[in-house]
Amino acid sequence: MNTQPRKIVVVGNGMVGHHFVDEMAKHEGYEITVLSAEDRLAYDRVHLSEYFSGKTAEDLAMTSPAYYNDIGVKFFTNAKVTHIDKAAKEVTTETGETYAYDKLVMATGSYPFVPPIPGKERDHCLVYRTIQDLDDIQASAKAGKVGVVVGGGLLGLEAANALKELGLETHVVEFAPQLMGVQLDKDGGALLRSMIEGIGVQVHTQKATSEIVDGEECVHRMNFADGTHLETDVILFSAGIRPYDNLAREFDLAVGERGGIVVDNHCKTSDDSIYAIGECALWNNFIFGLVAPGYTMAKVTADNIIGGVQQFTGADMSTKLKLMGMDVGSIGDAHARTEGCKSYVYSNQPDQIYKKIVVSPDGKELIGAVLVGDTSEYDSLLQYALNGIELPTNPDGLILPSSGEKPTLGVDALPDTATICSCLNVTKGDIIAAIDCGAIDVGQVKSSTKAATGCGGCTALLKKVTDHELEKRGVEISTDLCEHFAYSRVELFHIVQAEQIKTFDVLVEKHGSGLGCEICKPAAASILASVWNDYILKPDHVSLQDTNDVFLGNMQKDGTYSVVPRMPGGEVTPDKLIVIGEVAKEYNLYTKVTGGQRIDLFGARVDQLPAIWKRLIDAGMETGHAYGKSLRTVKSCVGSTWCRYGQQDSMAMAIFLEDRYKGLRSPHKIKFAVSGCTRECAEAQSKDIGVIATENGWNLYVSGNGGMKPRHGDLFATDLDDETLVQYIDRYLMFYVRTADRLTRTSVWLENLEGGLAYMEKIVKDDHLGINAELEKQMQNVVDTYQCEWKTTIESTEQLKRFRQFVNSDTVDGNIEFVTERDQIRPAQGEEKKYGVQIQAVDVTPA
Amino acid sequence: MTTKNTWQTICPTSDLIKNSGVCALLANEEQVALFQVGNDTFYAVSNFDPCGKANVLYRGLIGETKGGVYVASPLLKQRFCLNSGACLDDDAFAIKTYETRVSDGKLEILG
Repeated sequence: MNTQPRKIVVVGNGMVGHHFVDEMAKHEGYEITVLSAEDRLAYDRVHLSEYFSGKTAEDLAMTSPAYYNDIGVKFFTNAKVTHIDKAAKEVTTETGETYAYDKLVMATGSYPFVPPIPGKERDHCLVYRTIQDLDDIQASAKAGKVGVVVGGGLLGLEAANALKELGLETHVVEFAPQLMGVQLDKDGGALLRSMIEGIGVQVHTQKATSEIVDGEECVHRMNFADGTHLETDVILFSAGIRPYDNLAREFDLAVGERGGIVVDNHCKTSDDSIYAIGECALWNNFIFGLVAPGYTMAKVTADNIIGGVQQFTGADMSTKLKLMGMDVGSIGDAHARTEGCKSYVYSNQPDQIYKKIVVSPDGKELIGAVLVGDTSEYDSLLQYALNGIELPTNPDGLILPSSGEKPTLGVDALPDTATICSCLNVTKGDIIAAIDCGAIDVGQVKSSTKAATGCGGCTALLKKVTDHELEKRGVEISTDLCEHFAYSRVELFHIVQAEQIKTFDVLVEKHGSGLGCEICKPAAASILASVWNDYILKPDHVSLQDTNDVFLGNMQKDGTYSVVPRMPGGEVTPDKLIVIGEVAKEYNLYTKVTGGQRIDLFGARVDQLPAIWKRLIDAGMETGHAYGKSLRTVKSCVGSTWCRYGQQDSMAMAIFLEDRYKGLRSPHKIKFAVSGCTRECAEAQSKDIGVIATENGWNLYVSGNGGMKPRHGDLFATDLDDETLVQYIDRYLMFYVRTADRLTRTSVWLENLEGGLAYMEKIVKDDHLGINAELEKQMQNVVDTYQCEWKTTIESTEQLKRFRQFVNSDTVDGNIEFVTERDQIRPAQGEEKKYGVQIQAVDVTPA
Repeated sequence: MTTKNTWQTICPTSDLIKNSGVCALLANEEQVALFQVGNDTFYAVSNFDPCGKANVLYRGLIGETKGGVYVASPLLKQRFCLNSGACLDDDAFAIKTYETRVSDGKLEILG
């Protein structure tokens, strides 16, 4: 131990400064000290806008005091460096503390540029950069109605989105003739503008603000050079960034003409012992305003300090992002400025899509691209551009809508040097290396390479590369349920039925191994319930269920549950409504009408559930199974009873169907709807089972879906009488319950079923497999053995014991806290919590 | 901060649920998730899910992978090893673990 630890001092703790600390701490023998002028440690500025959609400062934090302590890094917040003594190798902070260094790393970042407009320092004139800024914006937005962002670049549009989400009438004022002038060409910018205006944000281009004065209707009036004006309450400046280079100027480090600490390829400044990284550094007369190049600089610097020879040689500035729900992508020479280059353009006004690729003069390489409205080809285009992969003969095929053969870039064509994750700089070679070291699925590749843990935009590509590499190595993509059962769900279903197995213990003992897991246990519980329909919380079954089934409610993000009584067909008497209202009031529950035509009560603590349900059951209601992989609701319209267009009594049919299939446990949730005529007010074609009345009876639609992947139901049979309708539904559903994979909706199941709809018609209508009697019998058993799980539960003292929060105390969970919004409760978030979240000290010792 | 841990009697072991969890409150107000695996193995870990940031871990499913027993958070399914407290899905997270013992039919926790 003869080497003195070398002292590294880092000035600034933004994303890049933190990344440097992480990189440096990998090497032993260095004493790292972080000096941050801010009052908090590094947080994620890339996802800053999510602060307004519910993320807390804690969620955005990239590190913590505990973590720095753990890795042995000293850190000081509110420690602004005001003096550098290059000869003595010391820095001094505002408060007079002095820190000696062997190597000094400047990661001071940048600040938003505010144009010198008279009136810019008025109240409610803000910038969009730090968490503090966001708090200020939020406060200003509360008092106002109109907001303006000055600057129509990438950050400006993000800021505009924030204003819009805060409920302000939003305007964007841009000096240039178009939006996002750096990344997009004229036509791309024009389309983006019309899309943004389409969602209600007003865009004003070619406007130079000459002054900000008192407004008449609003707080401010912005006067523009062309004589026009705009009134607003809040102004956000987002007109670019300027490097924090004042220390460098003051203490004689070389800075660029327009700012920025000059660095060489090793990120070294004009002083041999001082480095600069991130947005304060000027490399090759260029400041990189993205996080990925900053990370690369951090890595290069750490490598140089330990004596390595890595170099920073510039960075790709291509970007893909979602702005206010709109996809935008830009690669390389988006403006086609390279001499002799040629462009291909695809423009689709009705669907609001614009795509352009720019190719080299010889037509062999992709050198730029602009994508607006559809960025699905971004990943492969970027790979072409970054790796100089030779283009196909007709490169326009890369961006044309797929009619017929579309040239695709197989992941096999990517060289090992291809960057897959640009945030963390993970190449295809790194992924292959991870697989060679034993990673056998995407999750493992992700955790060992950290790919896709930054912005996450490369997730799909990562999966493609990983699956492809695994396949090449002959790894079979297994259909086993999990490591405990070498069977698929369908096979297990047959085993349970054929061998009359009634418990998980027997199933795992005879056909599996180990103790089971969160995949096979609920799957087995669902199969057992479909076949035997026992009370799902019998002691044999209770440990198999997901928490929603264990406590017969939907767990919400704060650990409370929602309560949903069944309202067949959405029909409810005033008396029952009153009881629901009384219960909600007594227990202070947030009350909302669901999409399934019933009422959801949120915010019930686990210990309150039994008493709440007792009240509802005493009033004649029963569980709505909103928590189960089972029948949810049968939505309906009032049908021929009330409606002058109604063909049949859709209300009565909906109530009958909901009562018949309630409690059926299935691979996933099931939704029905019944419409009284072809106007389809109940939206039956978007349900697993959809029924639409005709003059002569009922049309049956199957396997529709709303949700994540909408699908119109297929017309399965027409003009059915009541009896045949029920028969068909019995058969169809029970066949689905038997044969679908876990967590597969009827839509995906049908699409993957060999033979598809025609095969199902043969089975259900023609008894092709000769099992219809059996399917009906099995369904009838489920119908006959129905019980309200909540009724059974509150009648059992043994079961009620499980609803205590603490096994050794009658107190309740003090961490559950609510605040009031629109006259109702909602969970307290982050700093709203009075009691606060107690994060307990953790000492991890390997098992 | 440095008060010495003591053995605290929590409840009769019959109050636990086989292969499932219950929650206990320690003298210092820490919430502990207690699990019984099989007939006579007990685990005690913090009830606070550091990923979902709520006191819910006792309501998670117990699972086993390659012989290691874990609880999967009921919120977003991150798995925590019941022996070490390590999060199997994200190195950045871990939970506190507690020693347990059974004395006179009652479960005790060192905390």
